Amino acid sequence: MTDILTPAFIISVLAAAVAAGTAILFACLGELITERAGVLNLGIEGIMLMGALAGAGACIWSGNAWVGAAMALAAGAAMAAIHALLCVGLRANQVVSGLALTIFGGGLSAFLGRDIVGVPPPSTFHRVDIPVLADIPVLGRILFQQSALSYISFALVGFLWWYIYRTRAGLRLRAIGERPEAADAMGVDVARLRALYVIAGGALAGLGGAAISLGTNPGWSEGMTAGRGWIAVALVIFAAWNPARAAVGAYLFGGVEAGQFRLQAAGVDVSSFFLNMLPYLFTILVLVLSTRESTRRVLGAPAALGRAYTREDLG
Amino acid sequence: MTGLVTALSFLLALLFGGIVLFLAGENPLQVYESMFSGALGNWNGVAETLVKTTPLLLAGLGVAVAFRMQLWNIGAEGQLYWGAIFATGLALFVIPGAPGWVMVPAMVGAGLLGGALWGLIPGVLRAWFGASEIITSLMLNYVAILSSEYLIHGPWRDPQSFGFPGTPSLPAAAWLAHWGTTRVHLGLLFGLAAALLLWIMLRRTRWGYEIGVMGENPRAALYAGMPTKRTILLVMALSGALAGLAGMSEVAGIGHQLQRNLSPGYGYAAIIVAWLGRLHPLGAVLVAFLLAALTVGGDQIQMSLGLPAAIAPMLQGTILFFLLGGDILTRYRITRVIG
Repeated sequence: MTDILTPAFIISVLAAAVAAGTAILFACLGELITERAGVLNLGIEGIMLMGALAGAGACIWSGNAWVGAAMALAAGAAMAAIHALLCVGLRANQVVSGLALTIFGGGLSAFLGRDIVGVPPPSTFHRVDIPVLADIPVLGRILFQQSALSYISFALVGFLWWYIYRTRAGLRLRAIGERPEAADAMGVDVARLRALYVIAGGALAGLGGAAISLGTNPGWSEGMTAGRGWIAVALVIFAAWNPARAAVGAYLFGGVEAGQFRLQAAGVDVSSFFLNMLPYLFTILVLVLSTRESTRRVLGAPAALGRAYTREDLG
Repeated sequence: MTGLVTALSFLLALLFGGIVLFLAGENPLQVYESMFSGALGNWNGVAETLVKTTPLLLAGLGVAVAFRMQLWNIGAEGQLYWGAIFATGLALFVIPGAPGWVMVPAMVGAGLLGGALWGLIPGVLRAWFGASEIITSLMLNYVAILSSEYLIHGPWRDPQSFGFPGTPSLPAAAWLAHWGTTRVHLGLLFGLAAALLLWIMLRRTRWGYEIGVMGENPRAALYAGMPTKRTILLVMALSGALAGLAGMSEVAGIGHQLQRNLSPGYGYAAIIVAWLGRLHPLGAVLVAFLLAALTVGGDQIQMSLGLPAAIAPMLQGTILFFLLGGDILTRYRITRVIG
């Protein structure tokens, strides 16, 4: 027990937290822009699975991890397009459509991936140290000795924050999630824009899947996302729909995941079954606390979240 | 009209699945033929389909009750596991020597209770903290499965079992009666009885009426003085209890022990049962049977053609897509004609 709390151990857990949190972060950012546009997508888990499969499959086929990442983006976008068609185009029930997407993605990925279970991808997103920055004490080890996908996710957090809060396009994004009537009256094509953000969000969730199958846990196996898509959905509430807070949440979960393995490796005498419960219990705790906070401080959900928009509403 | 859309959704999903199978290099007709003959082509298949109908129906009824009130309980899987855990614990450690006429009703009670308590957790979090029951009930599925794994690998493990970890076998008094030589057991009657009772309750009682109003219009319910918090808790408990009974039936009727992979996702398929059945108890009976046939067919092609059984959930998801789309299109058509 005594060797657990050394600085070196803590730093290595934090570095592992960023590595493990990258997949959740991509998925969480994807759900975040989807919800900002006023659409709830509960299909993230299924989309991540398809992304993980497409990533591993395309990489095995081409030998190049970047081709895998591109295919994961495409698979995620294609899956989300179903949700966009049903919920934005046909105004179907978003909760049920998302659940259907998760069930569908789980089944389809298991079927299509039947021949590559356990096949190691020939190339993965391994650790790339950034010159100079990687040598900064502590921070360098945590932030700049990561994979290329992690660096992309850092940039994405910054970009999305700037995009949502500082650009005209971001203003329109917030408008269609908060007051679609007003946005429509301003001349924004609400349905088209919502569909675009749902699809873009799905692409990011797909990439999150590849961050697992080509990153932290190389190769494909059925159901390999193990609920991370759901954790990402819960984290959006914790993040109060803010990309920077999403990063904090994702790394928190990466930390729980990483710490869990390290505690086991350090021989802590708790059944692994209980350690494996931690991320799920922690999600519930975080959700309860952040729901209370967001209702108290009214920095809550986009006002039109989950509500289909029709022109008739303009009355 | 809605029946037509449901039937059409089934057919279109099969068509779509056929295209996927074809593109994946399989012969769709051969796959479907094998699925159909495995599930409904002979009495053995029909009996197996009825075996799978049991948990799908019970858990699907539970989900339907909650969905009616716009409570999105997707934790049926975990509630099923806790029903199984309670029932197993009771039979093995509390009243192992009890005769059947005590044992079976007591296990039914334990299954209902285990599921109800597990369902109450997201209910309480929703009623008091406003936390989304979608996420909490789903997260609790993983916790429930890990709890069951812990028990069967740890304190409840049968020391005589080597390869396949599981609890010791339940005493014979706990085994549910079977129909002839098939695996069809008393649990099916539990499911049918539950469907009938729910149908009566939703139609004929004040409470059923309140659930309806609260689901349709929470604000009106609040103004009418209906107790929303209490109803959330009651509905989540009832919803969980039904899933718990499904878990109890699987243990007492099929496995006769708590073991790994007790449920191959019945709790998730239950969502489809509920929605395709239009949240109607009697609709759930029909859809549970159809989805059970799909599941048995999936197992069949795994055995005979070596294809993954995951074709079943893929088709289930697709049916739901077509249903969601089809419903809206018909509604749109109707309003256009009137307007």
